[in-house]
Amino acid sequence: MTIFEAVHQHAPMLTVLVPMLSAPIIMLFGNRQAAFAIALTASTTSFLLSLQMLLLVAQGGVISYHIGGWAPPLGIEYRIDAANAFVLIIVSSISTVVLPYARRSIADEVAARHHTLFYACYMLCFTGLLGVTATGDAFNVFVFLEISSLSTYVLVALGAKQDRRALSAAYDYLILGTIGATFFVIGLGMLYMATGSLNMVHIAQVLAEGESNRTVRSAFTFIVVGMALKFAMYPLHRWLPGAYTYAPSAVSAFLAATATKVAIYVVLRFIFSVFGIAEEFERNTVQYIMMPLAVVAMFAGSLMATFSLNAKTLLAYSSISQIGYMLLGITLLNSTGLTAGMVHLFNHALTKGALFLAVGAIIYRTGSALVPHMAGLGRQMPWTSASIVIGGLSLIGAPATAGFVSKWVLMQAAFEAGMWPIAVFVVLSSVIAVVYVWRLVEVLYLQPAPEGRSVSEVPMTMLVPIWALALASIWFGIDADFTVQASRTAAEALLAGGFGGEDATIMGTRGRP
Amino acid sequence: MTTAALIILTMAIPLATAVISLAVRNQPNLRDSVTLAGAVALFICVLTVLANFNMGLPFDFELIEFQPGIAIAFHVEPLGMVFALVASSLWILTHIYGIGYMRGNNEKNHARFFACFAVALFATMGIAFSANLLTLFLFYEVLTVSTYPLVAHKENAEAKAGARTYIGILMGTSIVLLLTGIIWTYVITGTMDFSPGGILAGKVEDGFVPVLLGLFAFGIGKAALMPFHRWLPAAMVAPTPVSALLHAVAVVKAGVFSILKVGVYVFGIDNLAATGASVWLMWLAAFSILVASLVAMQQDNLKRRLAYSTISQLSYITLGVALATSMGAIGGGLHIVTHAFGKITLFMCAGAIYVATHKTEISQMRGLGRKMPFTFIAFGIGALSIIGIPPLAGSWSKWLLVLGSADAAQVRSMLGDPSWPQLIMIGVLMVSSLLNIAYLIPVFARGFYGSHRDVAPEGGWRAAIQEAPLFCVLPSCITAFGCLVLFFYAGDIAGFLEPMTAAIPASTNGEGQ
Repeated sequence: MTIFEAVHQHAPMLTVLVPMLSAPIIMLFGNRQAAFAIALTASTTSFLLSLQMLLLVAQGGVISYHIGGWAPPLGIEYRIDAANAFVLIIVSSISTVVLPYARRSIADEVAARHHTLFYACYMLCFTGLLGVTATGDAFNVFVFLEISSLSTYVLVALGAKQDRRALSAAYDYLILGTIGATFFVIGLGMLYMATGSLNMVHIAQVLAEGESNRTVRSAFTFIVVGMALKFAMYPLHRWLPGAYTYAPSAVSAFLAATATKVAIYVVLRFIFSVFGIAEEFERNTVQYIMMPLAVVAMFAGSLMATFSLNAKTLLAYSSISQIGYMLLGITLLNSTGLTAGMVHLFNHALTKGALFLAVGAIIYRTGSALVPHMAGLGRQMPWTSASIVIGGLSLIGAPATAGFVSKWVLMQAAFEAGMWPIAVFVVLSSVIAVVYVWRLVEVLYLQPAPEGRSVSEVPMTMLVPIWALALASIWFGIDADFTVQASRTAAEALLAGGFGGEDATIMGTRGRP
Repeated sequence: MTTAALIILTMAIPLATAVISLAVRNQPNLRDSVTLAGAVALFICVLTVLANFNMGLPFDFELIEFQPGIAIAFHVEPLGMVFALVASSLWILTHIYGIGYMRGNNEKNHARFFACFAVALFATMGIAFSANLLTLFLFYEVLTVSTYPLVAHKENAEAKAGARTYIGILMGTSIVLLLTGIIWTYVITGTMDFSPGGILAGKVEDGFVPVLLGLFAFGIGKAALMPFHRWLPAAMVAPTPVSALLHAVAVVKAGVFSILKVGVYVFGIDNLAATGASVWLMWLAAFSILVASLVAMQQDNLKRRLAYSTISQLSYITLGVALATSMGAIGGGLHIVTHAFGKITLFMCAGAIYVATHKTEISQMRGLGRKMPFTFIAFGIGALSIIGIPPLAGSWSKWLLVLGSADAAQVRSMLGDPSWPQLIMIGVLMVSSLLNIAYLIPVFARGFYGSHRDVAPEGGWRAAIQEAPLFCVLPSCITAFGCLVLFFYAGDIAGFLEPMTAAIPASTNGEGQ
C-alpha cells in the first residue's frame, strides 16, 4: 500500500488526528515560530483531506470509517456524508485562513509567554470541532465537544491582556457551556438506556423499530436543549456576546465562524438522522418551540446589535440573529428549508469571519473596538473599511453577496412551506440589519478622523485573510451553484435519515485480516 | 461584434472608467478626460447595440448561473434599449456639466464623485438590459449603494441625514417588498424571466394579483410613488450633477422603468386589464401626481421644487402602466425619454444658477434672467416641455397617456365595468398640466419680469451677463434643444416601443428560452 493510498484510506481519521497530534508537538517545541508553522501545516492538511472527502461524497455517497478496524456498532465509527463533509470544509478552511492573520494579531493581543499555549489550544479546539463533525458515535460527539469547549474557555481567557473582562466572560462561558454539555450527556445516557447503543446509525435503527417512550422523549429534549446552549439559541445566548467581545480577535473570528456552526450541525444530525423527526412530540418541539424562538432571535439579536457600542459586541449580537436564520430554515422541516440552513451555515461563516477579522485589524491599529472611535477610518484604513462594508452588505443580504443567497433560499423555503409570514419576518429583520450596518458605515466614512490620530493600513498578512473571506462572500453570492448544490445534497442526506443508508464505502479496514 | 460582447462592454466601460478615475485621482485633467472618453465610448457602444438590435441579431446572453435554473442574464428589448440610450447619452452631457460644476464650486473628492457616478451608470446599464427579475434586483441594489456616497458627498450633518433617509427608504422598500414580490413570483411561476405577455397570467388567484402588484409598485422605491417618496427630496442635498443625471434620469427612471417592465413583462398588460388589478394603482398614481404638484408649489428651494415635480412626473409613468392598455404603456415609455430631457435641463439650470450666484431659493432669483439669459431660456424651454406644450417633446407623451386613458375607459366599458375612473384620469392629467404651469413658469417669469431696480444695467446688456462657466451652461442649452428635436422624433420612439406590448411575438420567444 503506497503512502497515498494509505492517506486516502485513512482520511476521515487523519483529518482529526493530524491537528490533535500537532497540539502536544507545539507544546514540546515551545517556540512561537515553530508553533505557528506546525499549526498552519496541520490545519492545511486537514483542509485538503476534508476537500478530498467532500469530493467523494458530493454526489450523495457515505464513507464509513472503522477505527482500529472494529466494526460498528461495537467499534467507533467515523461516518462522512455530504452534510458533515460540508461542515468539515467550513471549519478547516476558516481555520486555515485565520491562522496567518492570528500570527500578527496574537503577538499584539496576547501576552508573549502565552503564545505557544495559544497555538496549542487553538489546534485542540480545531480538533474538537472536526471530531464532533466527523464522528458517527454519539459518545464521541460528547468527548470532542468537551475538547473543543475546554480549549475555547482558555482561548477566550487569553484576551485578558487586552481587557480583564475576558476572564469573567470565559467564566460565564465555562459555566453555561458545562451546563449545556451536561444536558447533552444526560440525554445520551438516556438514549443509551433506551437503545443499548452509542452508534448513531444503530440508535436510529433501534428507535425506528421500537415504540417511542418517555425516556426517548426526555433524551431528545435534553440533547436539543444542551446543544441549543452551545449554539446560543435565543434565549440561551447569554455567554456569547461576552465571549466574542473579549476573546482575542482571531479567536472571535474563528469561533464565530465555526463553533456555533458545528453545534447546529450536531442538533441537525440528532434531530434528523438519529431521532428521524418521526414523532409528533419531536415535530411539535421543533415547530412550536424552536421556530418561534428563531424568529425572536432574528429580531432581538438585530435590535441589540443596533444599540451596541462595541463593534465586536455588535457583531456578536448580529451572530445571534443570524443563528436565528439558520434555525428558522431548519425548523421549516422541508428540503429547501434545510438547504437554506446549511447554505447559511457556510455563507455566514465567511461573512462573520471577514467582519471579525476586519474589526480585529482596526483594534490592531487603533487599540479600540468602540464604534465611535472608528470615525474617519474609511480614509486611513481604506481596505479594512471596504471589507467591513462588503461584510455588512452580506449581513443585510444585499444581492451579489453570500447573505443574499441564504436569504433567497430561506424565503423560497418559507413560501414553499406555505408560511408567508415567516418570509415577512425574514425581510423585516434584515431591515434592522441595514440600521446597524449603516451605523458602522456612517462612522467609518462620514465622520472626520479625530485630531492627532493617524493610523495606516494593517500589514498584508492580515489584509489577505480578511479579503480572502470578503471576496469569497462576494464570489459565493454571485456563483451560488456550488454552495446551494452542496447544501441541497447535504439536506437530502439529512432528510433521508439514518445517516446515509446501508451502502456505505467502508474504510480503515484494509490491510487487516 | 456580437451583441453579447457588446452588452458586456456596456457594463465593462463604466466600471473600467470608475477604476481608472480612482487610479489617476491626482491628475484632474487626465482623470476627467478619461471619464469623458468613457462616457462617449459607452454611448457609441449602446448605439451599436441599437444597430444590432434593429438588424434583428440575436440578443440573449447568460453571464453566470446563480443557482440551478436561475441565471444572471441579459436581453435587449425596446424599452431597455430606449432607457439605455437616454441614460448613456445624457451621461456625456452631465459629465461635462459635472466638471464645470465641481470645479466652479470647489467641491472636494472629485475622483470618488466621478467614480461613483460611473458605477451608477454601470448599474443603470445592467438594469436596462436585465433579462429577469434577479438581474434587475441585483443591479437595482448596486445602484442604491453606489449612489449613497454621492448623496452624502458634502459629509455635513444635512448630507448625512439626507443620505440616511435615502438609503433607509430605498433599501428598506426593496428588501421588504420587492424581494418578497420577486421570490413569491418565482415560487408561483417557477421562472423569473421577463417575457412578452407576462408570466403571471393564470398562475395567481385574481385576489392576489393586486397584492403582488403592490409589493412591486411600493417595493420599487426608486419610482417614488407616494408614500415612499421622501427619499427624493432628501437626496437633493447631493451636488447638482447628481440631482440632474441620477435623480432626474438614471435612478428614478430605473424605478419607473422597472415598474413598466414588471407591468408589461411579468404581469402582462392584458392580464392586468382582465383582472382589474391595477385600478387601485391608477388611483394612487393620480393622487401622487396631484399632491406632489401641490407640494411643489409650496417649495421655495428650487431643487426641492424640482424634486417634487419629479415625483409627480414619475407617477405619470406609473399611471401609464396602471391604465393597463398598450397605449398607456407606450406613453409611459415615451415619458421616460421626454421627461428625462426636460427635467435634466431644469436641474442643470438650477445648478448653474447656484454656481454663478450661490442662490438656491426661488424668491432670491428675481431679475436673475437678465444676468443669465441662456440659463433662464433653457430653463423656460425645459419647463414648457414638462408642461407639455408643442412643439416640445413633453407634449407627445402626455398626449399618448391621455389617449391611453381613453383607451382604458373603452376597454373597461367593453368588459362591462364602469369606465368613469379612467375618464377621470384624463382630467387628472389636464389639471396636472395646469399645476405644472403654476409651479414652473413663475421661476422663469420671475427671472425676467422682476423689478428693474434689482439689477443696474451699466455698460449695456453684454456687461450685465454674468453666466456660470461655459461647461455649466452649454449642456443645459443642448438638452433644451434636445426637447425641441425630440418633438419631431417622438413618433419614431413610440413606434420603436410598440413591439413591447404586442402579444407574444412569433419567432423570438421559444419554449422557455
